[in-house]
Amino acid sequence: MYQEILSKYTPTKDNLIYILHDVQDGHPQHYIPEDAVLAISDYLQLPPNHIYGVITFYSMYSTVPRGKHIIRLCESPHCYIKGSENILRKLKNLLGVKVGETTKDGLFTLELCACLGVCGNAPVMMVNEDVFGDLTEDRIEDIINKLKGGKA
Amino acid sequence: MKYYRSHILVGINETSLQAGVQDFIVALRKELAKHDLLEEINVLETGPLSFFGRGICLTVYPENVNYENVKQEDLPELVSDHFLKGRPVRRLMLDASVRFSPKFNYDNRIVLRNSGIIDPEKIDEYIGTGGYEAWEKALTKMNPAEIIAEVKKSGLRGRGGAGFPTGLKWSFTAPIDCPQKYVVINADEGEPGTFKDRLIMEGDPHQLLEGIMICAKAVGATKAYIYIRGEYKLSISRTRHAIQQCYDYGLLGKNIFGSGFDLDIYVSIGAGAYVCGEETALIESLEGNRGNPRWKPPFPGVKGLWQAPTVVNNVETLANVPYIIKHGAEGYRKFGTPECPGTKVYTILGEVAYPGLCEVDMGTPLRTIINDYAGGMKKGSRFKAALIGGAAGAILNDSMLDVKMDLNNLNQYAAVLGSGAILVMNENTSIVDMLWSILRFFRHESCGKCSPCRNGCEMLYELISKIKHGNGTQEDLDKLLLIADMMQQTSFCALGQSPIMPIRSALDSFKDEFLALIKE
Repeated sequence: MYQEILSKYTPTKDNLIYILHDVQDGHPQHYIPEDAVLAISDYLQLPPNHIYGVITFYSMYSTVPRGKHIIRLCESPHCYIKGSENILRKLKNLLGVKVGETTKDGLFTLELCACLGVCGNAPVMMVNEDVFGDLTEDRIEDIINKLKGGKA
Repeated sequence: MKYYRSHILVGINETSLQAGVQDFIVALRKELAKHDLLEEINVLETGPLSFFGRGICLTVYPENVNYENVKQEDLPELVSDHFLKGRPVRRLMLDASVRFSPKFNYDNRIVLRNSGIIDPEKIDEYIGTGGYEAWEKALTKMNPAEIIAEVKKSGLRGRGGAGFPTGLKWSFTAPIDCPQKYVVINADEGEPGTFKDRLIMEGDPHQLLEGIMICAKAVGATKAYIYIRGEYKLSISRTRHAIQQCYDYGLLGKNIFGSGFDLDIYVSIGAGAYVCGEETALIESLEGNRGNPRWKPPFPGVKGLWQAPTVVNNVETLANVPYIIKHGAEGYRKFGTPECPGTKVYTILGEVAYPGLCEVDMGTPLRTIINDYAGGMKKGSRFKAALIGGAAGAILNDSMLDVKMDLNNLNQYAAVLGSGAILVMNENTSIVDMLWSILRFFRHESCGKCSPCRNGCEMLYELISKIKHGNGTQEDLDKLLLIADMMQQTSFCALGQSPIMPIRSALDSFKDEFLALIKE
């Protein structure tokens, strides 16, 4: 089932990062499952432990299933002094999860991340590919409700 | 060519996309069509504008009027008043005092001179402003030694943080006889508070590509990789688009313009690791490994990507190169100071009236940058401190405001220019809190390869947490310095060597705040 992705790339190690991006983006639960690792290992002739080493090194990859919407809230100094802690508290309350967990309905995963480079609009978070800035507790509620309604 | 009465420049960046700029443009065109103005008024999608406003921002030429935070519901008024009747809508205009500040003076810009003026997705507009003339000159009229000599003479130094002389770096790689050499462009901009490279790639990607081409010719590299962090979606797509246009125009590929020189440029994508901003870690990541830094020497210039000679340069550094080649080292040296020629792009954030980016001469005092380019402090707040250079930077207090910002002068305060992030804090910001946040960042981003950094970052975080929560002692304060100092001396790469800077500068200037929190 991963052949389609793998065949896009020549079997060299430098393509590992892209293959992992593609596998994860293509998975409905936004993670890299074990069978994918084995398939990649076979294709690139790399030991699975090398692949797991890479996956766990980079913060954008996950080895556990995640929700439909991955919320990544910036916790870097600038967002922090602009009140990202309050936003985090609000998110935890709204979703009923801790950092790194996924909601029971499989809709949201809450994560923290380093600076997203949109500091002019701090505090900032990314939901999948989209950036949301100038966050307030009210706005968070709005965004989450909209996402629940199926609109991004 | 078609002539228009006015051009409306719409800034497309992460901020405006989030505010729904795509729908806005459709609505704007519709509104113009209603008044039959589409033939007279041109709507141009461009990169980040020259100022940093909220929401959707517009600049209108030739009137040079700037609007910020324009909403769809404002469109009927805007179009009928400004574009039909010629009366700019005051309530949407950017504060007039900022409008006339030197921020809008494009004469002193090198790197961002096109940003917010041209459409970054159209190569013709870049060529129309004199783009790729430097590449033509370097390709057909100069040999590699001449290019390197010119860059050396210009005094250009790396803009990524370390400030290493660029020409010198190239001169290490150029003479090595090797069938395959590489140029790697560090666009893994992870320093908190920094987004200058993003703005260059979003606003004027061709200028970066031109710099890469010249560098490749100078060192004899035929392949170049731009390593962009995975979070920068717009930068990735714009840069890829620009590269494709270069191939279409024959600016890249085999035997470029019959010169016998080949060059291919690829975009590589990061996956979220601050340490990959370190050049050898970045190379490891490009090869498909964990981004752990390598031992130096050998330096990448001798043995880099796949053990081949590799020049690693920052985005802003290379964006300076076309200007140097086109106008010569002398022309470039008109900017900045004799020791640090050229300009620097800063991102100013925090409690200033107009946070955003600016490009100023090297050696411009911090006070001038804050007052003239960021509109001073926010109403009602007083300057307390500024964090210069991101997390791996130093905290300056108000007695240091007149420091001339360049790669040398900041040393007197044990500070570095770093990536050019300026985070301004007012009297309500707790320095202890700030330091806590910085050390939490380091703890998260340490790659774990060497023990001084892996354990040290953890210990620093525990100590500062203890102090922040009022459980610290004088001994903990001393330990903070001792551990950070030890890390500076023993860590494998710059990441572990950095925490000493924010810690020492915070304790030097704001010790009282720490003492107030510790137990007797």
